[in-house]
Amino acid sequence: MEIGIKYGSVFMQRHKKVIALALASGILLILLCFVPAAYLVSLAIMAGIYAVFCLGLNIQWGYTGLFNIGIAGFFCIGAYASAMITTPKPTGVYAHYVKQLFGLNLPFVAGLLGAALICGVIAFLIGMPTLKLREDYLAIATLGIAESFRLIFNNEHWLANGPRGLMGLPQPLQNLVDPKHYNYIYLIIIAFIVVIIYLAIERAIRSPWGRVLRAVREDEGSAAMSGKDVFSFKMQSLIFGAMIMGCGGALYAHYTKAISPLVFTPLYGTFIIWVMLMAGGSGNNKGAVLGAYAVWGIWIGTKFMTDLLPYFLKAKAPYIRFLLIGILLEIILIYRPRGLLGEEKRVSKLAD
Amino acid sequence: MLELIVYGIVLGSIISLGAIGLTLVYGIIRFANFAHGDFLTTGAYVALFLVTGLFSWIGIPDNTFGSLSFGWRMVIAFPLAMAVVACVAIALDRILYQKLRQKRSGAVILAMSSLGAAFIVRMIILILWGADSLFYRPGVMRPALELPLGVKIRPDQILILITVIALVGALHLFLQRSKMGKAMRATADNMELALVSGIDTERIIIWTWGIGGALAAAGGILYGIDVQLHPYMGWNFLIPLFAATILGTIGNMYGAFVGGLILGVAQQLSTAWLLPTYKPAVAFVIMIVILFIRPQGIFGGSSS
Repeated sequence: MEIGIKYGSVFMQRHKKVIALALASGILLILLCFVPAAYLVSLAIMAGIYAVFCLGLNIQWGYTGLFNIGIAGFFCIGAYASAMITTPKPTGVYAHYVKQLFGLNLPFVAGLLGAALICGVIAFLIGMPTLKLREDYLAIATLGIAESFRLIFNNEHWLANGPRGLMGLPQPLQNLVDPKHYNYIYLIIIAFIVVIIYLAIERAIRSPWGRVLRAVREDEGSAAMSGKDVFSFKMQSLIFGAMIMGCGGALYAHYTKAISPLVFTPLYGTFIIWVMLMAGGSGNNKGAVLGAYAVWGIWIGTKFMTDLLPYFLKAKAPYIRFLLIGILLEIILIYRPRGLLGEEKRVSKLAD
Repeated sequence: MLELIVYGIVLGSIISLGAIGLTLVYGIIRFANFAHGDFLTTGAYVALFLVTGLFSWIGIPDNTFGSLSFGWRMVIAFPLAMAVVACVAIALDRILYQKLRQKRSGAVILAMSSLGAAFIVRMIILILWGADSLFYRPGVMRPALELPLGVKIRPDQILILITVIALVGALHLFLQRSKMGKAMRATADNMELALVSGIDTERIIIWTWGIGGALAAAGGILYGIDVQLHPYMGWNFLIPLFAATILGTIGNMYGAFVGGLILGVAQQLSTAWLLPTYKPAVAFVIMIVILFIRPQGIFGGSSS
């Protein structure tokens, strides 16, 4: 009997995290039963898209220590690139109303790859002047590029229809099911892509290449002394992360089917993604995905909270919600900088 | 063209006020404060509350000075708003950055925390005042003076320049003459050496935030007088502020002043060819060019 209790408490000790997680997910599942399925699916899709961004940011920040606060820029470019690659250039009467620089009318996969490619090129151009300098120059430069691209897409009508944006983007496997149930298909596509990206990053991070990235993050000087080209590794990390963010932008564009420059604000495009990664645990890909779902859940949850507010405060609800997310970030930074999961040990268990 | 340069100097003097504070924080507390733009916004809105709210309630008369667009209310509100934002900046340091410093978090974590603070401050402003553009004195025609060579300038703008020169002059005297000013410069030069010589760095940090916040508030109010108030005004100033700071070498107050003027003139001149909304993008391009050619700035040594 005593042994049983002792064994039980040891079991509790050893599997504290697992038990906590099981309890939390149990409560969550019960709560979710009260929410309509279609709503849950759209929630899961958006969180999945954000998970892609978190994974991209995790390469840059979590593994290499690059401070990119212009995620919205890659979000924007990825979305527009994929939109213009997959739609035809408007002709006839239509061309008067919708102006876009080019339209290639290619399939979804081409849009995804094109978005990644263009974001990679942009990342290379930003990295050139900034990656040899102090770490915060990259932050300022990425912020600048994000703001600039938003201004360009908003003001240059010939490029992508200005503030009205592009509409009627095609969706992959569109004719497979009734449009009413299409979101289920898209959720599967998103899940598939998240898994592929997750596995690719895990593979890369466990390779010698990934070890150099973490060496650069921990101590640039000693990485350079071991004969590693720090600039080149930082550049590769920046580009790799930006390409994944480009995919995220494309996935978003084909989910909403309509994009306009107003979407890619620093709040929705950059800030919330940082909160997600910090909450989940930077330097941990599981944490990146978990953070995306957790913070998106909180974000949606605050909507229900602000619905209960008195009438005169309702118009301010989005600001109140973002205020809460901002406070959440500060609390994480001060009290739990590791995030929910923290970084996993990547070296052999025997080495420690 | 000459007119654009004159307007550019007015805009540049406002950018300078923000950039001087940013460069002091950058040089002494050693991180990129992404909330600095929102200090400008806060200052402008605190002054708005005082001028249109509190002072009309107290009953301070609302008449204006001659052809200027403001009167006693603004004269009293100006230093008060500067003090309030100085307190906000110091409070943010006590609540957030001091804790992070004690935990030995890196400069990037502090910068991230300031980005969070920027959003928190802006959301509070949006909750209190909404998202529309506001004016200290709506719907008043402001006559312009005709200067030689056909340059039109409003009396307000002349006063803005005078105010900025007075503030920068006062800061110059403070940094050169006072004991605290000298200690601040010493800390900016070499933090370890300052610690060893018995300088209380926590006090220096409080003074730095106070001065930075107060100057930013002044910049925000002057921009509000010159143009308008908007919750995103400070955020749009952030890239010009950083560009001016880098151009004038990080930590160098005089460099930030010159950098601010250059940025202002460049942004204003660009409106001859580009839409005015592209001003932040112009500042961004200038910054990238500096980073390529001379990343240590115009007043920096040969290597950064």
